[in-house]
Parts: sequence; structure tokens; C-alpha cells
Amino acid sequence: MGNNKIILYAAILAITVIAPFVFPAFGTQLATLWLMIIVALTWDMTGGQMGYNSLGNIFFYGTGMYVAAAVTIGMVYDVGEYTSAHGGGITSFTDQQYFTGMFVGILAAGVFCSVCAVVIGYLTFGLRGPYFAIGTLGVAIAAGELVSNWDWIGGGQGIALPVYPGDLDEGKVFFYFLFALTGVAVFLFCRWLYQTRFGAAINAIRDDEEKADAMGIHTLRYKLVTWSMAAFFVGIAGGISAFQLIHFEPLETAYQTINLGIFMVVCVLLGGKGTLWGPVIGASLFHVFKEVTWNYFLGWQWVALGALIVVTVVYFKDGVMGYLLHTKPEWFGVKIDQKASEETS
Amino acid sequence: MSDVIIDVQGVSKSFGGVKANTNVSMQVERGGITGLIGPNGSGKTTLFNSIVGYHPIDGGSIKFEGQEISKLPVQKIARLGLLRTFQQTRIYGAMNGVENMLISLPHRKMSLLDALKKNTREDYERADQLLEFVGLYEKRFLKSGDLSFGQQKLLEFAMALMNEPTCLLLDEPTAGINPTLINGLIDRLKRANEEFGITLFVIEHNMRVIMNLAESIYCLAHGEMLAQGTPDEIQNDQKVIDAYLGAH
Amino acid sequence: MDQILGNIGLLFEFPIVNFKIVIDGIMIGALFALAAYGLALVWGVMNVKNLAQGDFVIAGGYVSWWLVQHGFPALLGVPAAFIVMWGIGWVVYKLVISRVIERDLFTSLLATFGLAIMMAQILNLLFGSDTQSVDLGYETLYFADGLIDIPIAKLIGVIMAAILAAGVIIFMKSSRMGQAIRATAQDARAARVLGIDTEKVYAFTFSLNAAICGAAGAIIVMVWVIQPFYGITHSIRAFVIVTAAGLGNLPGVIAAGLGIGALEQYGAHIFGIGYQQAIAVMLLLLVLLIRLIQQLRVRQVLK
Repeated sequence: MGNNKIILYAAILAITVIAPFVFPAFGTQLATLWLMIIVALTWDMTGGQMGYNSLGNIFFYGTGMYVAAAVTIGMVYDVGEYTSAHGGGITSFTDQQYFTGMFVGILAAGVFCSVCAVVIGYLTFGLRGPYFAIGTLGVAIAAGELVSNWDWIGGGQGIALPVYPGDLDEGKVFFYFLFALTGVAVFLFCRWLYQTRFGAAINAIRDDEEKADAMGIHTLRYKLVTWSMAAFFVGIAGGISAFQLIHFEPLETAYQTINLGIFMVVCVLLGGKGTLWGPVIGASLFHVFKEVTWNYFLGWQWVALGALIVVTVVYFKDGVMGYLLHTKPEWFGVKIDQKASEETS
Repeated sequence: MSDVIIDVQGVSKSFGGVKANTNVSMQVERGGITGLIGPNGSGKTTLFNSIVGYHPIDGGSIKFEGQEISKLPVQKIARLGLLRTFQQTRIYGAMNGVENMLISLPHRKMSLLDALKKNTREDYERADQLLEFVGLYEKRFLKSGDLSFGQQKLLEFAMALMNEPTCLLLDEPTAGINPTLINGLIDRLKRANEEFGITLFVIEHNMRVIMNLAESIYCLAHGEMLAQGTPDEIQNDQKVIDAYLGAH
Repeated sequence: MDQILGNIGLLFEFPIVNFKIVIDGIMIGALFALAAYGLALVWGVMNVKNLAQGDFVIAGGYVSWWLVQHGFPALLGVPAAFIVMWGIGWVVYKLVISRVIERDLFTSLLATFGLAIMMAQILNLLFGSDTQSVDLGYETLYFADGLIDIPIAKLIGVIMAAILAAGVIIFMKSSRMGQAIRATAQDARAARVLGIDTEKVYAFTFSLNAAICGAAGAIIVMVWVIQPFYGITHSIRAFVIVTAAGLGNLPGVIAAGLGIGALEQYGAHIFGIGYQQAIAVMLLLLVLLIRLIQQLRVRQVLK
């Protein structure tokens, strides 16, 4: 690692640590930025690096929320009684119950989601291209609809978790750091993964799966492992969100197919698919754009976001990193055979 | 008694009424170079695809090292160590030569934990050696998609060797290659067979190549096995000559 | 659970209920088949998988609904929706679709998904998020002691769907444009070589698709309900039908459309109306899995 890189990483780390203290009013927005980075990075693991464009990764987010909530509540109360009481009467959690429940719940969310990814992946990884995208979208929509009909975990009304036991502002900082820690972990994990043989193999699956098959690469196994790793982190992010939001419901918050579910894809496209930094840059750009412009659209925000998706996809598909790779290939150490290209031309 | 590595018995395959292979039987011997020839449309590629698992067969049996493989999908057959190259060369065009070689490491021999390691110095050395072997060492850091067609074919061959297959199936290795390079390629195929001990099964259109390369040759015509023998026997077989000249 | 078993029991106790469910399903399925036919057309001709399909349907429904609100006769809504959605389809094609045709499939999928979100939100802002329908004011026919009820409005809807379908089929078979569309679907490059202006064919096909969807929506608003966010479910239904039937298989599309309609009605009867969307999506997953298993048996994957 060069000196410049060390400085860059140190600067980002420093900003990460001091940001919530310098901008205390934006604590929640900053936490959401990290959430966007997490879901974008994990989407890129399959979408960008492996060529499997899932529209259903939001399934893991929603499932993570519900698993974390159910486990945390289940450790103290009966979940069915708790939800049917709508928080009336039996919502007291001691500090210890809260934090143990949170730890176990979030971890369980991650583990459960990676198991889900293996099961769903086993059924859907035979689908290619658009079929995979639509199939996974179907899984996410179906899950949202089923959960909203499942009264044991609150049905369409949703479910409420206990409030952070400390001061409100302290809670904001706490959740910010949970997200930031997860985000940094995901980034470092991806950075390591893409340097391994495994990383090269999933790139091979993206570029030509038939060839990868013919070379004896365990394509299905690698696909399952990649998606379950992504799902683990998304599940954890969902679990943290559950505690941060306190109350959530299935269709608009947990399995929010057309919000976060599609934003993560747009973030990756905006930043550059199949690159390490692309999702981070894209998520930051997208989030800032969204937060800054949101109030100026006077009710037309969602239309503007739809338009942003269309414009990004149609006119700016390679993203920031793709643009740089095209204009400044030498930054990325790409060599071009001058002689050969002269000969052929 | 010689050791048979691929045993094809009575394989038939038709596509919607058109019989591409009828009751084809053949054996590939371990450690040797076996050739398959036949005029255009004689069913060579169909037989090849049946062996590597691209489509189901209608009848018959295909065994690799004694194991029935006619019902297995492509990747499982490849993982047994039966590797193929493509007629329309397939390499990873966006990656450079070394990256292509490293992707070709024998993943079938790796556990997941092995796969989650970075490439070792030995892997890089082996990649360089094999690139040297096929004569692409100088161009190893170039984007593979920018290489000429012949060079891409050599790269695909090197990738196949990197994969340490037990048996390598080559689909028209010299098609589209500059004739002056063909002798070099024949030489390398022979050396791969001798030095690395890889059994070769070559489909070839070019008679001169196959006569120089193979020890045992099968000839297909109209989807049926026409003749089998040494290069000399095949060259002098009246049926083979008729088939190639289109007479009946 | 008891309720589900009860509902299933009802089907055996009163077999006539099955008849009613199937009839209901077929009537609504005919409309699904129309939207699916449009999707198959666009998919086959320009290889664009349009996720905004259902939103065209809903938009067409709102055109008709708006006309009725302003005192126009309800039946005028169908041709009006056809024409308006033709125009919208053309604009969408020129602005978005024409730029994603040659790109990879995920691009067109995502672009149309963005379009779907936009259209749903615009409809929501213009017309509000309540469910809407148009009452034609016709009577309902009763059979079998009132166990089967067929509103005349639904019959009219089915007849109009059939007329529309027949019109499109005749057009595709006999007109020059129809032939050009079919030629382009088979091989766009060859069609270009033979002097067919494929760009024009694409624009026409996409507009035609939007218009078919719009007309279907105008019928749906008469026999059922619409709501700005129902589009995605209609899109998914269209995908289910096309995936089950395959491209260029018109009888298959009609059969699958009617079948999906009937299955959904059964699902709604057994599990309750709250599961309607879930059932549509589950059917998608089911169809994808069945197709996948079929492909695996011939050593292939679903591309």
C-alpha cells in the first residue's frame, strides 16, 4: 500500500469518527449514509463482481429487521403476546436485556439471512440475467406481502422495539457508530475478498459463466457463498435499522422494494459497477443528492428519484469509476499494446 | 490391454428428427493423443458436446475413468478433470494474460478455504512458465481481448494446461490460425502430452495436422463411425477418402 | 388455518362455487393476457423486458376514469385510453427505450423499473392513492339460485378484450407493418438489410404495446379496481404469463392468462383477499422454478 493510500484511508477514518460530533444535527442522516454504503457494497458483490443483478437484496434487509426484533423480544416475552398488546403494558426491558437482546438479535439476523440466501440462491441461481432479477424481486415482494399478513409478528401494523435506554442524542451517535463499524467492516471484507482466488473466480462467472463452468470452477458453490456473505451484512444492517427506527412495518419500511431496494442498485451504477470504491462513491453522491434536494421538489421527490434512476441507467451507466477508467486508464495500471493496436489498425 | 479413459458406447443424438450421431462408439486411451476427423456436418461437434455435457443424449453410454457421465451437467464433468477448449475461443477478454492464467487454477482441487487465499508465488511462477511455453510471455500484461485470434487460442490452451486436467478435449485447435504457426502448435500439443502427461482428444478438420499429431484416429461421416486406425490406415482407407470427397 | 381448511371444504361442499371462481378468473385473466401479449410483443421484437407494463395498464385505467368523471360515456374510455397511451408509449420509446435496446438486458429492466416508479408516483400525485373504479350501471345476472353472479359489465369487458385481441392479431397477420414487426422479431439485422426501417418498427411496436395495455386498463377500471401502485403486480402477472407460455406463442399466452386469472381467484378464495398480491408473486416464483427444472433436465439454464 502506497503512502497516498494510507493517508486517504486515515483521512476517511478520521472523518468517520468525528462526523457525528461535528454535525450532531445530522446524526440520523449520517447513519443512513453508512446504511446506503453497506447495501451498495453488498449489492455490488453479486451485481457488479459476479454479474447476478438481484432486485431482491432488500429481502435480507427486511428479514434482518424482523429476525432481530423477534429474537430480542423473544428472549424476554412471548412474541405473539407482545405484538398483540401493541406495546401496551409489557414493553419494559432492562438495560441488560436491551443490549444482550440487541447483540444476539443482530447477529441472528445476519446468520439467518445468510442461510436464506443459500436456500433462495439454490432455487434461483439457475436463472440468468433478467429472470434472476425478476425472480429475486418476486421473492422480496412476496416476503413483504406474507409478513404483512402474519399476525404473530405484528402483521401490517408492524412491530415496535424498545427505545434506546440512554439519552436521545447519545442513541443517535450509538447507532451511527454501529452502522459505521459495519460499513468499514464490509469495505475491508470486500477489499480482501476481491484480492483472493475466490474474487477472481466470481469475476470469471460474471464475464463468462459457461467458460467458468467448463474450467471446473464450482460456480454454484461460489455464487451461494458470495450471496450469503452479502446477505449476512445486509441482515446485520437490517437488524441495526430495526433498533434505530424503533417501530417499523412490513411494506414501507422493512421490505421497501421500490425505495432502498432500488436505491442500492442506483448507488452502485452511479459510482461504478464492479469496482471497490464505486459503491461507496455512488452511495455518498446519491444520499447527498437525495437529502439536499428532497425538500425542493414539493411533493414530486419520488418522481424525481424515478427520473434519476432512468437517467443514470440510460446516460451514465458506467458510473464515476467507469468514467475514470475510460478517461484515465493509467490510474488503474491498464496497459495497452501500442504496437499491436497500430498493426491491426 | 490398454487403459481406456473415455469410453463412448452406442451414443445416438438427434435434433428434431435430424440424426446427428447414430450408434457411435469410440475409446480414448489414457496418456495418448486421439483424433476425431470427419467432413463438415458429420457430427463431430455433436459428439464432442455430448461428451462434455452440453446436451442430453438419446441413447448409449459415455464413461470417463469408468464413471458414467452422460447425465452429468457441464461443470460436474469438468470437475472430474475432463476439460475442453472452445472452437470459438473463449478467454476473459477484459483481463490480462496473467489474470486469465490465475483464474484457470484448478479450482476443482481447491476447498473453499483454499479459494479464499490469495494466489501464491508458485501460482504466478507457473502462470509465467506456461505463458512462456506457448510463447505469450512478452504479452502477458496486455488485455487479452486485444490479442490476435491465434494468440487468444494459444492463451486458451495455456489456461487449459494451468488447470491440470486429466484429459483435454480440443475443438479444432488450429482453425483460424496462421498456417505458419500451426507446426509450432502441433509441437506444443505433443509436448503437453509427453511432458505433462495429459491425455489429448482432438477434433480436427485439417487432415495434415491430425496425421502428424494423433496416434489413433476415428473418422465420422453422416453421424456414423466410419473407420478407426492409425494415421496410415486412415489415410489409405477408401471409405474415408470417399467420405471426404463426397462420393458414395 | 381453520379458515383456510374451511374455505377449501366449501369448494367440495358446493362444487358450483368452483364454477363461479373459474368464470371470474377467466374474465379477469383475459385482461391479464392482453397486457402479457403486449409484453411478449416488445420482448420478442426488441428484447426489452418492460417492467413498466403494469403501469401502462393502470395509466390507461385512469384515462378512462378521468373521462367518466368529466361526464363522458364509460365505453368511450377504451378507445380513448388506447389513443392516449399510444402517444405516451411513443414518447417513452423516444426518450428512454430507444436508448437501451442495444444494451444489456439488465439496463432495460432497470430503466423500465425506474419508469414504473415514476409513472406510479405521477398517477398518485394526479389522482390520489384511493382505489377507483367506473360503474357502468348495468345489472348483474344470477344463476344457480344466486350462487353465480355475472355482472353484465364484466361480460362487456371480456367481449371488448376479445375484439381488441382479434383486431391486433389480424393487424399483425395481414398489414405491412405487422409483417415488418414479425420480420424484425425474427432477425433484426436481416430485416434491416431487406430495407425495413427497424427504428420505426420498434417505435411502432412499443407504442402499440402501450396502447394495448391502456385499453386493457380502461376495461379493468370498469370490471375491477385500479390504484396508482397496483402497476407492479400487473407487470409481474404479465411476466408470469409470458414466462409460462414462451415468446411468440399466442394461444399459450391466452391459455396462461386465463389460467393465472383462475389460479389467483382460487388463491384469493382459499387464503383470503389480503393475499392477492402475494399469490400473484408466488405464481411467478412457481412458474420460474418449473421452467428452471425443465431446463435443467436438458442440461441447460433459464436465460
